[in-house]
Amino acid sequence: MHDVKTEVALDSAWSGGKSPFAIGSKKLGMWLFIVSDTLTFSALLITYSYSRLTNPDWPRPFPIFPAIAFSTTMTVVLLASSLTMVMAVMASQRNDRKKTVMWMVATMVGGLLFTGLHLTEWMNMIFKEHFTIAGNPEGTPLFGAVFFGITGLHMTHVMIGVIYLGIVAIGYGRGKFSAEDVEVNGLYWHFVDLVWMFVFPMIYLMSVKY
Amino acid sequence: MSSEAHAAEAHAGASVGTNFAIWVGLVAITGLEVFLAYEHLNATLMLTVLVCLSVVKAAMIMAYFMHLKFEKFSLVLLLIPATIFCLCMMFIFFFPDAFRLLQMAPH
Repeated sequence: MHDVKTEVALDSAWSGGKSPFAIGSKKLGMWLFIVSDTLTFSALLITYSYSRLTNPDWPRPFPIFPAIAFSTTMTVVLLASSLTMVMAVMASQRNDRKKTVMWMVATMVGGLLFTGLHLTEWMNMIFKEHFTIAGNPEGTPLFGAVFFGITGLHMTHVMIGVIYLGIVAIGYGRGKFSAEDVEVNGLYWHFVDLVWMFVFPMIYLMSVKY
Repeated sequence: MSSEAHAAEAHAGASVGTNFAIWVGLVAITGLEVFLAYEHLNATLMLTVLVCLSVVKAAMIMAYFMHLKFEKFSLVLLLIPATIFCLCMMFIFFFPDAFRLLQMAPH
C-alpha cells in the first residue's frame, strides 16, 4: 500500500517531476539530515583518531569489567533495538497499528536501557575513576574532552531518538501519522545505531586496560 | 515500468529471516572486535582494522535496516559518493596538517 503522494513521485522519475528518487520528501529530508550528521560525527572521530595516535600517554581506562562488559552489552542492546525498529516498520507497512506501536515501544525500551547503562558507566568513570572533561589521573587531559564529548553527543542523539519514537508511536497509534513517518523515524534510529558502531570500537576498544 | 511495479519494488525489503541474519552478523563482528581489542597490536594497525570492520557493519545497517539496497539506485548515487568525497576531503586535509603541526611542536 502506498499513498497518493508516493504515486505522484513514482510517475515522475528523471522527467523533471517532483522526485527522481521515488521517495517522499520526509524520507529524503531525513536522509539529507543523516548525511550532514554523519559529517559532524566523522569530524569528531577523525580528530579523535589523530589525538589517539599521536599522544603516547593516552589513558587506557577501560577494564573488562565493568567498562567493556557494559559497553559490549550496550552495543548488543542498541543492535537489538534496531531489529525491533525494522519489525515496527514492517508492521506499519502491513497497516498493523497495534503491532507497530508494540515494536516501537520495544525499541524505546532498548534506547532507555542503553542510556541507563551508559550513564552508569559515566558515573563510574567520574566518581570512582576520577575522569572529568578537563583531566584524569592516568594521562593526557585531552581524553576526557574526547570521551565525554563524543559519547555525550551520541547519548543526546539516543535520548532525542527515544522522544521522537514516543511522539511517532502515539501519533501513529491514534491514526495521525502514516507508515512513512514510522519509516523515517526508523532511519533516524538506525543512524544512531550506525554511529555507535564506530564510537564503540574507536573509543572503548582502542583503550582497553590489559 | 508501471507505477505499481515500481511501488512493489520500492516496498519489497528483506524478509524477517534476512534481517535477523544481518543482526546476528552484526553481533558476531562486534564479538570479533572485542576479541581483537585484547590482541596486542600497535595503535595504528588496531585503529585501521577496527574502522574497516565498522565500515562493514555500517554498510550492512544501511543496506538492510535502512533499506538502501531496495531503494532506487539514484538515491544511493545522491547520498553515498557525496558523503565519501566529503570524508576523503576531511581526511586528506586534516591529517597532513595535523602531523605538520606536531613536528613544529617544541620537544
